[in-house]
Amino acid sequence: MQQLSAINDLVIRFANVNGTGSASANNMFAKSIFRMGLPVTPKNIFPSNIQGLPTWYEVRVNEHGYLGRRAGVDILVSVNPQSMAKDVASVRPSGYFIYDNTREIDKNLIREDIHYIGVPMIELCRQHFTTDTRSHQLLKNMIYVGALVALLDIEVEVVKGLIADQFRKKEKLIPPNYQALELGIQYIKDHYTYPLGLRLERRNLIGESILIDGNTACGLGAVYAGATVAAWYPITPSTSVVSAFEKYVKRLRKDEETGKNKYAVVQAEDELAAIGMVIGANWNGARAFTATSGPGLSLMSEFLGLAYFAEIPLVLIDVQRTGPSTGMPTRTQQSDLTSAFYASHGDTKQVLLFPSTPKECFDFTADAFDLAERLQTPILIMTDLDLGMNDHMSPPFQWDDKRLYDRGKVLSASDLEGLERFGRYEDVDGDGIPYRTIPGTHPTKGSYFTRGTSRNEMAQYTEDSEPYVRNMDRLVKKWNEAKSHVPAPEFYQEKDKGKQGMIFFGTSTYAALEALDQLEAAGVPMDAMRIRSTPFSDEVRDFIGRHKTVYVVEQNRDAQMRSILVNELDVDPFKLVPVLNYDGMPITAEAITKQVSRTLQSASNGKAYADPQHS
Amino acid sequence: MSFIRPVFRHPESPKNDLGYTRQYYEGALSTLCAGCGHDSISGAIIQACFELNIEPHRVAKLSGIGCSSKTPAYYLGNSHGFNSVHGRMPSVTTGASLANRKLLYLGVSGDGDTASIGMGQFVHVIRRNLNMVYIVMNNGCYGLTKGQDSATADFGSINKSGSANLFQNIDLVGLALELGATFVGRSFSGDKGHLVPMIKAAMAHNGFAFIDVISPCVTFNNNVGSTKSYDYVRAHMEATSAIDLVPEKEEITTSYAEGSTKLIEMHDHSMIELHKLAEGWDPTDQHSAVQKLQESRNKGEILTGLIYVDTESKDLHDLIETVPQPLNTLTEQDLCPGSGTLERINGEFR
Repeated sequence: MQQLSAINDLVIRFANVNGTGSASANNMFAKSIFRMGLPVTPKNIFPSNIQGLPTWYEVRVNEHGYLGRRAGVDILVSVNPQSMAKDVASVRPSGYFIYDNTREIDKNLIREDIHYIGVPMIELCRQHFTTDTRSHQLLKNMIYVGALVALLDIEVEVVKGLIADQFRKKEKLIPPNYQALELGIQYIKDHYTYPLGLRLERRNLIGESILIDGNTACGLGAVYAGATVAAWYPITPSTSVVSAFEKYVKRLRKDEETGKNKYAVVQAEDELAAIGMVIGANWNGARAFTATSGPGLSLMSEFLGLAYFAEIPLVLIDVQRTGPSTGMPTRTQQSDLTSAFYASHGDTKQVLLFPSTPKECFDFTADAFDLAERLQTPILIMTDLDLGMNDHMSPPFQWDDKRLYDRGKVLSASDLEGLERFGRYEDVDGDGIPYRTIPGTHPTKGSYFTRGTSRNEMAQYTEDSEPYVRNMDRLVKKWNEAKSHVPAPEFYQEKDKGKQGMIFFGTSTYAALEALDQLEAAGVPMDAMRIRSTPFSDEVRDFIGRHKTVYVVEQNRDAQMRSILVNELDVDPFKLVPVLNYDGMPITAEAITKQVSRTLQSASNGKAYADPQHS
Repeated sequence: MSFIRPVFRHPESPKNDLGYTRQYYEGALSTLCAGCGHDSISGAIIQACFELNIEPHRVAKLSGIGCSSKTPAYYLGNSHGFNSVHGRMPSVTTGASLANRKLLYLGVSGDGDTASIGMGQFVHVIRRNLNMVYIVMNNGCYGLTKGQDSATADFGSINKSGSANLFQNIDLVGLALELGATFVGRSFSGDKGHLVPMIKAAMAHNGFAFIDVISPCVTFNNNVGSTKSYDYVRAHMEATSAIDLVPEKEEITTSYAEGSTKLIEMHDHSMIELHKLAEGWDPTDQHSAVQKLQESRNKGEILTGLIYVDTESKDLHDLIETVPQPLNTLTEQDLCPGSGTLERINGEFR
């Protein structure tokens, strides 16, 4: 049988049981590769369950720096008998299946076109460790890491360094883990030819990068932005945003003398209350945020309309998951775009930001608080499960110590002192953004009444048509003003290469960049633009205008971004070809290349574009 | 109510210690029906703030949606107000209080806004013991949508269209007690002498102060057979006590007979003075309060007065241990950990 052969280019998948401590061994595996200077992308594929169901961990290593998911498993590490049949089937021809041969493998699971590498993990534990079965389970994980160290030529000192880091506070666990690691290494050395043709070599490709998940980055961004109030309701996959915020404020925001907190984290009774609290706190001059996912976003809709219309700043981090309804709660998607963009009844449009790396999660969250206060409107950060819960290689976070928070147009007591009159909804500067006051600022000036009903410039209730229309038109002016404040799109070419273009955003970026290289190699060079926010700037319209065909890559069924582009920019819908993935797994370059190629094929056959849903 | 309010005020109308007249605490003209109980409650709020020498800009008034929730526009014109969304005033108030613990939060709501759509938030704001005054203007019906029964309408009560309510009512006072509210009172919009000191006492409380105010709807629920009409409530009120709030610096001068008065020291060292206590009844004892409420209910009476108070109450800020200064006054220096710390955090992810 053929042997796979490649250096620093592989996909390995671990098949585990939820709740057996496999995550830390798997993380250690991924990080050891990272510490060998290699670009790495780990992804957790986990069930909506705490204990017992199958869970997978997939790691892609690629020295060209392609960080999207790649289909096809080169090496499968099987420690879950329950999913074994499925796991055997998932290995690509000539790939490797590593399993526990303490018990003989079922004959029906033998494929002729893949390699089997048996390591008696349970037996080795029994022989060498006298501790309880729970510890055996954990040490078993370290044995398969050891086997991989030998098979893939991973530097053993790097792994030992990680074990030492991990058990820094429980030092007596270090020797048994070292021993388990060595057992795995030695077993391979005694029984197999090593290393495999598929192996790793140290490079210097990661520079100052860090390996971190997007939710931690968002939580940390909120700390640096000076958020003092976080109100939330637990929902996968957004929960760890607030957990991260809380972890860092506990560490960094206690009053040194009194031990009192310079923050408030409140777990609300539901998402309605969570966003209500965020609105109340922002109205009262604190920086407050919430984090949620699809079902929570639906519940928050009414309040988002109030914040839009009454012009109250807020930051909402939407870690999108697979919908509709409860959908697949532990799978990824970019499918809340329409409900977020148009959140709430009546004429509403929301400012959305689309980060695609943990660095952007950090930066956009920090910027979102400035934007929210500058524009006096909700800012929704549209991340997703893939970005939020998986570790990603990212440039390190940076902070300029001279940076001051932009609190926007807030009148102080002395500002008010000098004012003859204050109209909360008056467009004084001609940019559509009015001035606001914080309760308690001045004894006699600046108080006003906030409401979701129509009001005039002086914040007085009215049902007259003229002031209502003036107000709605001013909100459009403000929306247009926002275009010059939000993150601009990013381009990947200095000059246009031709008439074909590609648009992508968020986590589709990783796969899209790889697909662009694949297409270029196949003789189809393409211009590319990454959208980073709504409202769309003129650059977005121009990019579409300059190209004959523009592929819009997104991870939902209904091509939601494409619809918003058509609605907002009045562009010819036939120019925008949807490239979609909505199976709950992160999109791959292969999927993009395949759909684009098919469209090119049918275009040469005279069809406008292929409908990916029905072809 | 469409009339023109005279702008003229007597030049020597009395001023409080801050030098403000009562007029200074008024708001815009009410647009509720003539004779609406809610307008009397607005008047009582104005009177209470005037008497307590409250700086209007140190008050934030919040509400949900409904007739009652329109009222914040009609009092304290120099305070910030927030008419939020239906049933969600508690969460907005919670957020506001988290941002600045030093203001006085005055929330008003209706029976629909609290006992139906807002029940979840009402229950949870009690659990958190948010430091606020929460007044329900309770008329047993949905006024703005023309008189449908609300969840506080009594079983069997006849509405304006002549049909009897088929469902059990929710007694917000009983519920608040059950949930551990730290200040629970009930009053009647038609009895200002009773209501004003009740609001003052609620304002002196550290924690969640709930007042259920029966407030007849003159247009849709003031008919014969309604248990929330002026006539019915007057005939069935059972007052536990009359109260006075005596601010810290004032001397208590009581003229009541010994044994019929109880003094309760509040968090801010003001004193509540209770007169005419019912027998076997102590408003600082939750158990006896629950029992007394149940007895009155069985007799078909509406128990009014200060029903329960916990003077040792710890509010939300005490519980989550926030710093004494308002969070909304903290600056970059207090809040941002800086680039050095960030570089160390980066290091943890390599």
